Amino acid sequence: MSSRLESALRKHKPAFIPYLMAGDPDLETTEAVAHAVRACGAAALELGVPYGDPLADGPTIAAAGQRALERGTRMCDVLALASRLRDAIPIVLFTYYNLVHAYGLELFAQDAVRSGVAGAIVPDVTLEELDDVQPIFEKHGLAMPLLVAPTTPAQRAGTIARRASGFVYVVSRLGVTGASAAPNVDALRGQIAGLREATRLPLAVGFGISTRKHVEAVAPFADAFIVGSALIDAYSGTSGADAVRRVELLAYELLGSSFRGG
Amino acid sequence: MRASAQPDRRGYFGAFGGRFVPEVLAFALDELESAVDAAFADDAFWSDFHGLLCSYVGRPSPVYRARRFERCAPVVVKREDLNHTGSHKINNTLGQALLARRMGKERLIAETGAGQHGVATATVGAKFGFPVDVYMGARDVERQEPNVALMRMLGARVHSVTSGTQTLKDATNEAFRVWAAEVERTFYVIGSVVGAHPYPYMVREFQRVIGDEARRQCLEEHGRLPSDVVACVGGGSNAIGIFTAFLGDDVRLWGVEAAGKGTQSGETAASLSAGSIGVLHGSRSYLLQTADGQVCETHSVSAGLDYPGVGPEHAYLKESGRATYVSVRDDEALTAFHDFAAAEGIVPALESAHALAFARTLSRERNSSDLVLVNLSGRGDKDLAYVRGLSSGA
Ligand SMILES: Cc1ncc(COP(=O)(O)O)c(C=O)c1O
Repeated sequence: MSSRLESALRKHKPAFIPYLMAGDPDLETTEAVAHAVRACGAAALELGVPYGDPLADGPTIAAAGQRALERGTRMCDVLALASRLRDAIPIVLFTYYNLVHAYGLELFAQDAVRSGVAGAIVPDVTLEELDDVQPIFEKHGLAMPLLVAPTTPAQRAGTIARRASGFVYVVSRLGVTGASAAPNVDALRGQIAGLREATRLPLAVGFGISTRKHVEAVAPFADAFIVGSALIDAYSGTSGADAVRRVELLAYELLGSSFRGG
Repeated sequence: MRASAQPDRRGYFGAFGGRFVPEVLAFALDELESAVDAAFADDAFWSDFHGLLCSYVGRPSPVYRARRFERCAPVVVKREDLNHTGSHKINNTLGQALLARRMGKERLIAETGAGQHGVATATVGAKFGFPVDVYMGARDVERQEPNVALMRMLGARVHSVTSGTQTLKDATNEAFRVWAAEVERTFYVIGSVVGAHPYPYMVREFQRVIGDEARRQCLEEHGRLPSDVVACVGGGSNAIGIFTAFLGDDVRLWGVEAAGKGTQSGETAASLSAGSIGVLHGSRSYLLQTADGQVCETHSVSAGLDYPGVGPEHAYLKESGRATYVSVRDDEALTAFHDFAAAEGIVPALESAHALAFARTLSRERNSSDLVLVNLSGRGDKDLAYVRGLSSGA
């Protein structure tokens, strides 16, 4: 599974990884938008599992999670959505650890893989807690991309890169997710050069990527870029075909000439 | 070095604790851990700390026998209500401010529920010249207006948090997010023995002065160790603070949680009594959550106990059987609040009233040769308007 993810990310440079909150505003819209971003050229899809206390997320994604929760969206619904999308696009879940813990670590890994999920990002499980989680994911063939932050010292970043699977998620700036601040390109370039020495995995840049300018700034050194809050903002308040149209417009802006047409 | 056997190197108390935070904060926690290790090994640090506890906070706080409140066994209360700012919270904020100064940090941030920890942080911010930003749920900003005014008077900026349930849990989320954005210059002053390692350990070491003093005072003034030690448990800092000195003694330890309207009512804050194991705010412990792992909204008459999680060391003390956790309902706490004020001329914090309610029950069951020590964690001035509103509404 993780090799399908990796090779998907290598087809385009930089590869586009959209992040969608599953169930915001409803699962049907998430599914329609997922197909739309795939058609526009997305290489893989990050599916957020709604959680009420998302420590790594800013207001946009937190509010999207809240809307999805109000619709009653649960882990099992997200897995069912993943299995409907599995043939269309490689899927990586983004889920806080307490949801995995409550589901049962082993059962989660098993059901995720059964649903065709390629990997799971668990932002609050870092190196310190990895030994309790990663071996179980690995046993079931679930990739575990890990995050590297601007505050991560070089040696620790190397260790993270060596232990990650699927891709390495390079956080572009301090703080939480959100479309407000631009990535710190100089610091990123240096960090990515260091990571290349530790791993051959694709390096995906995320947090704050929201315009074509941001994409062009990271394109020379990143293998992939992740867009979450900007996408969610683009279609918040809409659903169905309306949401699809707005997402296509943003994808067109972000991808420029590599846009494939919706 | 004053560290005891727990936690282990990864910050675990048995199976509880650890460090579950986004990667951006990992560096800050490493940095804090190194600073804590160095400071705790430095006599000059402790001498600054204990000097200020004496001259600024007013320690040692006395233990006082509540003769008209007790039933059979004598009840003595540890008077944390007499501390500067009116609760035990100042012990912790003073320690963390000293650390922040040592680390060269430029500002303090804090979460607060009732506002006691916010006030205690604003106070040390003023004293040490740190700008302070306090995050407080919008509902609590409304409920605890006097403390909001006090924090502002002390120069702190109070930010009203409108996400989620708009209470302490969400204020804590917001403080973590703000910390992540400005982690290099900002020191996050957590208000209880919760959060990621090293917070639960560090806060315990700042609060253990309560039990260290009380143990000595019981021996000196009552000629014996207490038979029972009782404290209310929100996040658990005043309880850990008074328990730690007695861990090696043959003394029963009782943590009293807020049952709210009852542990089975769905309107409760009793994480250890009614919750299950999960991860919240950086550590693995008991927590009130749905079967899916979504954190529940809580209820307690006392804002300081209105929190879905609990410090990991309490989870460990529960599992190991070293401490016992019980719960007291809103109405029982309110009765103790009024009774204690009328019997002793001391208005307790509503949080502390939970401990007093259970202590009175114990006093009835124990012999006159026993001794029940209660942590009177704070004074009730902050609760007056609220309690009066309740009785006029009834
Ligand atoms: C007086 C008082 N007691 C107890 C608490 C609960 O906190 P902890 O369980 O950390 O002592 C608070 C919290 O605001 C408080 O103000």
